[in-house]
Amino acid sequence: MSFEPVLLRNRGVPDVQRLEVYQQRGGYRALEKALRMSPAEVVQVVKDSGLRGRGGAGFPCGVKWTFLPKDHSGPIYLCVNADESEPGTFNNRILMEEDPHQVLEGITISAYATRATTAYIYLRYEYGRCYRTMQRAVDEAYAAGLLGRNILGRSDFHLDVYLHRGAGAYICGEETGLIESLEGKRAWPRIKPPFPAVEGAFRKPTIVNNVETLACVTHILDRGADWFKSIGVPPDPNNPRDLGSYGPKLYCISGHVNNPCCVELPLGVTARQLIEEHGGGVWKGRKAKAVVPGGISMGFLSESELDTPLDFIGPTKVGCLGLGTAAVIVIDDQTSMVDVLYNSCRFFRHESCGQCTPCREGTEWMTKILARIRRGQGELSDLDQLLEIANGIGITPGTTICGLADGAAWPVKNALTKFRAEFEEYIRHHGRHHDQR
Amino acid sequence: MAILTEAMRERIRAYLPRYPSKQAVVLPALHVVQDELRCVPLEAVREIAEMLDLHPAQVQDTLSFYGFFRDEKHPLGRKRVWVCRSLSCMLRGGEELLRDLSARLGVKPGETTPDGRITLEFAECLGQCEGAPCLMIDDEVHGPLTTEQALELLKRAEEAS
Repeated sequence: MSFEPVLLRNRGVPDVQRLEVYQQRGGYRALEKALRMSPAEVVQVVKDSGLRGRGGAGFPCGVKWTFLPKDHSGPIYLCVNADESEPGTFNNRILMEEDPHQVLEGITISAYATRATTAYIYLRYEYGRCYRTMQRAVDEAYAAGLLGRNILGRSDFHLDVYLHRGAGAYICGEETGLIESLEGKRAWPRIKPPFPAVEGAFRKPTIVNNVETLACVTHILDRGADWFKSIGVPPDPNNPRDLGSYGPKLYCISGHVNNPCCVELPLGVTARQLIEEHGGGVWKGRKAKAVVPGGISMGFLSESELDTPLDFIGPTKVGCLGLGTAAVIVIDDQTSMVDVLYNSCRFFRHESCGQCTPCREGTEWMTKILARIRRGQGELSDLDQLLEIANGIGITPGTTICGLADGAAWPVKNALTKFRAEFEEYIRHHGRHHDQR
Repeated sequence: MAILTEAMRERIRAYLPRYPSKQAVVLPALHVVQDELRCVPLEAVREIAEMLDLHPAQVQDTLSFYGFFRDEKHPLGRKRVWVCRSLSCMLRGGEELLRDLSARLGVKPGETTPDGRITLEFAECLGQCEGAPCLMIDDEVHGPLTTEQALELLKRAEEAS
């Protein structure tokens, strides 16, 4: 399958981080085009494109923008979610490090469309290189009249862009956790409604969009909604809840493959294609046992499910939570799923913000039970106990404010459904002499 | 005696025009202080609160939520090294890298070498999964690395600063 990259088209071009080089390659053409349209027309183009959020939830971007109150006196804020922290995910880092102006152009177009006058790029602290690269790009854009007052000579368009560095907390990727953190507080997600579009940062209407989503906006304006819709997978006519999976997507491939990488492909590529055609196959001549389809919180595909298309709906058909961040992690057949699941549970225990008791305690209990199993002190009844906890935490059963607990629960549910025999075997055969890690 | 120098106050004040609320400057201010002092002493919390018209408890509440900040009893070494332990790194030797660095530096994750040179930490996913196993020195991520390569890199980072 041959596909000409769009989001990564400038990857490896010398000095493309510099404004001048970016412009020589057609950069900021989309912004000029957008400014010849009305904000409402730009929103309509993005809506028509079917662009869905790339951060994990897959909410239609243009529809989100229409939730802003009409004729609001302002200010309206745009928060750029650059808190990328989902295990296995690094596509936003690549976009910001390699082509910062593409991201900035998407931010500027989106601010114009939403009438936002300030954009905060909430950047995870760990992305120090992104911070310095993006800050240089922002400074260049101000100097060139592409940010600040009267952008491109338009007396009615002003935008300030600020980078805001986080401090190492996964929950800040949740859009209302991000807003709380931006406001200088602990990143406890808010109960919705009100949704941020109505009452967000500093109690003003706010749009939170992922970095890759905003980079897509640049190209949708440049090439049109029809171009975007010509890529990817249209909705299943028999499924009224399928909104389609249009456009290019950055897939991350990591774990047990020969060539871990980030690759841009039309939405709907299968996990097997990613592993074989782009990841160089499973390492050491081994076979895949399990594959994470879109960041650890989405659960696991078994080997027999690797032909599942990784579009917004595909992973749900085999019991996974969704496409998530489209970060594929390959686990070979020599790896213990008990170790993998322990790693996943430990992550969510560490990252639970502690606000909702079912999540705070549930992630702790699941981690403790798995630690006990790994110590050789597990019992078969522990597996049902794990499932009972997993089924009780999250917005799926309705016991938590945000989806972190769903993300903690899904790997447990999938592992204990798809790999139950391995867990039972492990419990039966591991005595007290087992390696105590 | 004031713990925030005038230079630090100046850096913190420079953030104020960016936000419609003073409280939004809490995280930037905490970063400024920890950058300079390698920890955020309680007196600094009080002074930040005063600068931002907050109760010290509000600043302390934010500080304590993010595992990133250190109090004066647990200051950082001159270099802070974070070794990723999340899944993509674990599958390619991240836990072994953390264990070996811990043994070679003679400290457990979270601790600082007695000479004050290096603080070792575990990290959750650092977002460099194509370069697993990876680690971060201050705010730059490197990988994939063997233990020897990691120690060499650390040595060079110490020399460079």
